[in-house]
Amino acid sequence: MSILLDGLSLGAVYALIALGYTMVYGIAKMLNFAHGDVIMVGAYAIYSTLMLNTNPFIAIAVSIVVCTVTGIVIEKFAYKPLRGASPLAVLITAIGVSNLLQGIAQLIFGSTSRSFIIANFGTVKIFGSEISVGTILTLIVGAIIMVSLTLFVKKTRTGRAMLAVSEDSGAARLMGVNVDRIIMTTFAIGSALAAFASLFYIIRIPSTTPTLGAMPGIKAFTAAVIGGIGSIPGAMLGGILLGVIEQICKNNPHVEAYTTAIEFCLLIIILLVKPVGLLGKRRREKV
Amino acid sequence: MSYLGNLKKTFKLKYCVNYIGIAAFLILMIILSSTGMLSRSFINLLPKIAYSIILAVSLNLVVGFLGELSLGHAGFMCVGAYLGCYLSLFLNTYIENTFVCFLVSMLAGGVFAAIFGFIIGLPALRLKGDYLAIVTLAFGEIVRNVFKNLPMFGGAMGLKTDSIKIKSSTLYIVSFILVLAVLFLIQNLIRSKHGRAITAIRDNEIAAKAMGVNVTFYKLFVFVIAAFFAGVAGVIYGHYYTPIIYTTFDYNYSIEILVMVVIGGIGSISGSIIAAALITYINFVLQNNLSGDLAAVRLLVYAVILIVVVIFNNAPALKPIKEKINVKAFSNKIFKKKASTITDDDVAWNRIESKINMDELLSVDVKPTDNTPDKPTKEDK
Amino acid sequence: MSDIMLKTEDLGISFGGLKAVQGLNLEIKKQQLYGLVGPNGAGKTTVFNMLTGVYLPTTGTFFLDGEELKGKTQEQINQKGIARTFQNIRLFNNMSVVRNVMVGLHNQPEFKCNPFVSMLRLPAHFDSEIRMREKAKEILRVFGLEEERNNLSCNLPYGKQRKLEIARALATNPKLLLLDEPAAGMNPNETKELVDIVKFIRDEFDLTILLIEHDMKFVSGLCDEITVLNFGTVLAQGETKTALNDPEVIKAYIGG
Repeated sequence: MSILLDGLSLGAVYALIALGYTMVYGIAKMLNFAHGDVIMVGAYAIYSTLMLNTNPFIAIAVSIVVCTVTGIVIEKFAYKPLRGASPLAVLITAIGVSNLLQGIAQLIFGSTSRSFIIANFGTVKIFGSEISVGTILTLIVGAIIMVSLTLFVKKTRTGRAMLAVSEDSGAARLMGVNVDRIIMTTFAIGSALAAFASLFYIIRIPSTTPTLGAMPGIKAFTAAVIGGIGSIPGAMLGGILLGVIEQICKNNPHVEAYTTAIEFCLLIIILLVKPVGLLGKRRREKV
Repeated sequence: MSYLGNLKKTFKLKYCVNYIGIAAFLILMIILSSTGMLSRSFINLLPKIAYSIILAVSLNLVVGFLGELSLGHAGFMCVGAYLGCYLSLFLNTYIENTFVCFLVSMLAGGVFAAIFGFIIGLPALRLKGDYLAIVTLAFGEIVRNVFKNLPMFGGAMGLKTDSIKIKSSTLYIVSFILVLAVLFLIQNLIRSKHGRAITAIRDNEIAAKAMGVNVTFYKLFVFVIAAFFAGVAGVIYGHYYTPIIYTTFDYNYSIEILVMVVIGGIGSISGSIIAAALITYINFVLQNNLSGDLAAVRLLVYAVILIVVVIFNNAPALKPIKEKINVKAFSNKIFKKKASTITDDDVAWNRIESKINMDELLSVDVKPTDNTPDKPTKEDK
Repeated sequence: MSDIMLKTEDLGISFGGLKAVQGLNLEIKKQQLYGLVGPNGAGKTTVFNMLTGVYLPTTGTFFLDGEELKGKTQEQINQKGIARTFQNIRLFNNMSVVRNVMVGLHNQPEFKCNPFVSMLRLPAHFDSEIRMREKAKEILRVFGLEEERNNLSCNLPYGKQRKLEIARALATNPKLLLLDEPAAGMNPNETKELVDIVKFIRDEFDLTILLIEHDMKFVSGLCDEITVLNFGTVLAQGETKTALNDPEVIKAYIGG
């Protein structure tokens, strides 16, 4: 039971990051490899504000602002000039940005890990097993965010414009949608989600290093692909699936060491069976 | 017609630029090192340059000529390094001469990696573009994770290869000769009907299929060949550096190889060679001069170079500026050549701009067996 | 041996619930020039896609020279002797003209050459390579493209790209050539020239040709027999003049 809940909460973290990947991919048709490092930025933002001010809520707010600004700045300076260029070029730039963020963080904070605690959560007993309040908080807030994001995309004007751009950006532009602004909004939302993800991630593991974002970034990306990249419910499903599987593996002494391998094998198998992921839409090639 | 006659007929000097360049570099290094003009650390760097070139050129075969994105090249290198050197260590207990062990294990390492290349080539038949990229990336991580946990390969401590280590001063000569051999094989492949078929698949897979090109075979073949050479590079690495440790082969390393290919120019072998050598050298210089937390500066410099080069090369907005300072166009103007005409098609053969279209990358292949799409299609017009 | 080159029996395909083509029965004689006409969305290209193995027909089957080819892959079908061109030109844009044709020659048994032989530059490699180039030049000569053989194919004017596509398809040594709107985008002179070329290659290479076309002049000047499709069903079939004057056909085209 506690494994399952723990897995769900890790899954929620992955899902939040995966949403960032998937939204950017759906709309700008690019892999934002630097997305994982935005999480790292968020973690350092929380860390720095906690050094100055002890109120965790201010830290969280600062982190969200910093992440959003980072996302917008990256989009403006690194990706926007490359709009319409070959996707490979964009991918390489994204990798460059990822290195850049890591480099900056290392320059400012050093490469040693910084430990800190946002707040002390206790544990509660549910069905006879000890569960940390942080885990439950992650689950609840994660669920709220995902539901509101879904509503945002479905109900608001901006959300619908996003859907239009992801279907066909050329046609959307002709219909009067400001594609550049939509892409920027997407980056902003994705980065804000990354800020939440970083918060939950450091609730789980209360320390941060410049390479903090790399592994969860890759895992979340995997989750996004498993769910079908470009699909918002797919990212949630993929994230939660991956989180649960990771926790189950980690708690089994026989396969513990091979957790990463198992997760990535799962990805390969799913893609071989369904080449566009679980909830992805297939596109047909015109002959 | 005699063999030599044929050779003469198809021989062109520009085919040999790469060989001549590498050979000249090697001879220069041998001369310089025999006069003692090279520092030891620089000689130490040379084998690394050699295997980086092998890695970049073989990855270019996949990315530049087949047009599939692979982010797992370090994974093949990892397989080659671990398995090849394990064999080399084993042979070393029977055969004194490490050099013989090296050559045998090199072939073996290549073959092991090629087997994995075949396995990872299978998904490549179904997946395209970013999906394939993530699968190759996942493959690299799986390999790393597995080798980390196998006690026979030293587990988390890595595989110790002290007993078979070859001195850099001899290893670099062998490695560069190997580079020549690899170049010979890969360039010959590209400049043959098979290379044509591979490039045809990249340019237009549907048309290639309709022309009877066996797409399945060639995709697997390219993955196998590229993996083989990556495995060879891995074995060189294992005889150069000890211990072989799983952390080396993470996806960042795969990406570094990809960066060499992209900066050198996708589809350009010469470009890959130059970029591999330069990037390895720059990394070496930065690493030597910046230590501790300043190592971050290395990351920064590297990242900035990467971003600037890619944006400069690819940004649509910068095209007019680039055309103004384009040396080639300028020389064409001077010599009154028509830009669209190339005197010999093999020039274009050497350097092909890859125009990988995102929509084409994303589309999933239509298999003859499945004709139940989600929605009625608008296939004909 | 009968003199039927291509025979389709009740050929049909449906996508989801939509019947794109149904009940298509064709009999094309050897050396015949056969036309497939119909308004946009009639299912003409879908027929080509079924015949070349891109789609698997849901009903019926088809025979080339008496051999059933349904269910074979595109590569196999090509090797059995069906070659095609595409409605929206699909050349290998980053290759020169002559290399485009050489890709078409790739599978010819006389140019067989193991990849490892090529990698090691053994004599067999040069042998096949030189002969391939000569053969490709020969084919290009037929289409008057020999002079431009070293240009990149994407730099050719539109009409020549169409011709190059036919040349490339011809290089695969087909028995049956499928041409998908070969005259689209050509000016009247080029169209006239194309009519001569098509007739010439039919005689020279002993081909059967099935073509899709909108240009009625082109069709009536070239084809002996046609089939008119509309909404995936056959409207009329038979000799060109008779079929085109069929009231149903006129209705479908002019709208009634």
